[in-house]
Amino acid sequence: MSNAAISKIEVKNVFKIFGNRSKEALELIRQNKTKDQVLAETGCVVGVNDLSLSIGTGEIFVIMGLSGSGKSTLVRHFNRLIDPTSGAILVDGEDILQLDMDALREFRRHKISMVFQSFGLLPHKSVLDNVAYGLKVRGESKQVCAERALHWINTVGLKGYENKYPHQLSGGMRQRVGLARALAADTDIILMDEAFSALDPLIRAEMQDQLLELQKTLHKTIVFITHDLDEAVRIGNRIAILKDGKLIQVGTPREILHSPADEYVDRFVQRRAAVV
Amino acid sequence: MFPESFTFSIADWVNGWVDALVTNYGDVFRHISDTLLWAIVNLEGVLRMAPWWLMLAIVGGIAWHATRKVVATAVIVGLLFLVGAVGLWDKLMQTLALMLVATLISVLIGIPLGILSARSNRLRSVLMPLLDIMQTMPSFVYLIPVLMLFGLGKVPAIFATVIYAAPPLIRLTDLGIRQVDGEVMEAINAFGANRWQQLFGVQLPLALPSIMAGINQTTMMALSMVVIASMIGARGLGEDVLVGIQTLNVGRGLEAGLAIVILAVVIDRITQAYGRPRHEVSK
Repeated sequence: MSNAAISKIEVKNVFKIFGNRSKEALELIRQNKTKDQVLAETGCVVGVNDLSLSIGTGEIFVIMGLSGSGKSTLVRHFNRLIDPTSGAILVDGEDILQLDMDALREFRRHKISMVFQSFGLLPHKSVLDNVAYGLKVRGESKQVCAERALHWINTVGLKGYENKYPHQLSGGMRQRVGLARALAADTDIILMDEAFSALDPLIRAEMQDQLLELQKTLHKTIVFITHDLDEAVRIGNRIAILKDGKLIQVGTPREILHSPADEYVDRFVQRRAAVV
Repeated sequence: MFPESFTFSIADWVNGWVDALVTNYGDVFRHISDTLLWAIVNLEGVLRMAPWWLMLAIVGGIAWHATRKVVATAVIVGLLFLVGAVGLWDKLMQTLALMLVATLISVLIGIPLGILSARSNRLRSVLMPLLDIMQTMPSFVYLIPVLMLFGLGKVPAIFATVIYAAPPLIRLTDLGIRQVDGEVMEAINAFGANRWQQLFGVQLPLALPSIMAGINQTTMMALSMVVIASMIGARGLGEDVLVGIQTLNVGRGLEAGLAIVILAVVIDRITQAYGRPRHEVSK
């Protein structure tokens, strides 16, 4: 791919197998057995199956698939909330699987942040403290924390809510807090795991617009997980489609819509056409 | 009849073991005992020296801070006044001192153990049956060796109380930490929080209602031990209940019994009020 000139994240032949007999399962899956066969023979669940892709600097890369396709598992490999069974993951050319606990913590504090589907906010802390969390954890001064947190709270449109607690906010506002928390950490990469899936359609569209608006000035590398093709087409520079932990197709929204790689992708596209 | 040839007894073995413990480590236990006794005697001295109105004012202040309710505070202070009015103030302070020290030791042991057990499934699987034993074993069984090691009085009473009262705190600390939302833990992990930051910034604060429920249970169980404690020579309200039973003085026993209940209610209300998350009260 020519537009992935500088790749920020590179995933090389990653397998993830859940279960006690993952070594045997890995052998089987390498012999081209299916997910169901591996499950029947070893009791292990294949999360990610021989997946390679590269994500370019400053792009919004959407990973799409139905539930159980391994997309949330895959995205957790990028900050090593989950470790792969086999394979390599390079961020800025550095293999993050080689990092020890301390180095990994530094990596998470400075290079990569994350937005979660059900927000993952701290219920006992105010909006301000929630947004400042990433800064506080890496030891920034109180003043810097408050300043930067306030800036991002205003940017995502939550001015005046900084002393409220998460339970006092609506779903949409909570996810703005989640987004502000990720932005305040000022990392190059932001992972968004079904970040807008729990929101109602209008709020969701609003959040998508806001994300695109922010991206115009920020140029972050954003990895966005969704099960919704509309959302993928709307915000993605490139889209990867996953099925049963395998990569089916990668391409621009146009490529996906006009030349679906197989029947699975085609069904997504047809369904979208039917809705429109 | 159960066949004779299959029977065996561990009694001799245990007796030998306890004897050896007493002869070889008697000094160590004496030292522990003296330190503990010193702490209880001093605390008791302070509580009994303090004027009754000052104690009521302090309890009232704590109750107000915890509940923020005028009526609740007034009832708590009024009930304690009533205990003083029937002439049991001194005994109340003795029981309170015993209970406070037992609770403090239970907290110092229980919360760290609960934290460790929340972290390791293996430790938990060893610890849980042990806690079951501590809670169900009749207390007189372990009182005998404890008496041999520490002598009669307050110290064995404290030990018996801690063995009985610490398990619910360990269980509820473990439960509280395990119940912290998985996505919240994932989120703080993703932002690079270290273990210390996870524990003190998130896990303990979010487990606080559960931990406070544990402390509440610990204080209640400690109070239920005061009568047994009085049988091995600890002074206080339990003593009056015991004397009431022994002399068939039902009235005196009932007065002391009600005083224990009042102390329980007061401590229960205060610890429960602290267990409620603050910012949700103001909703």
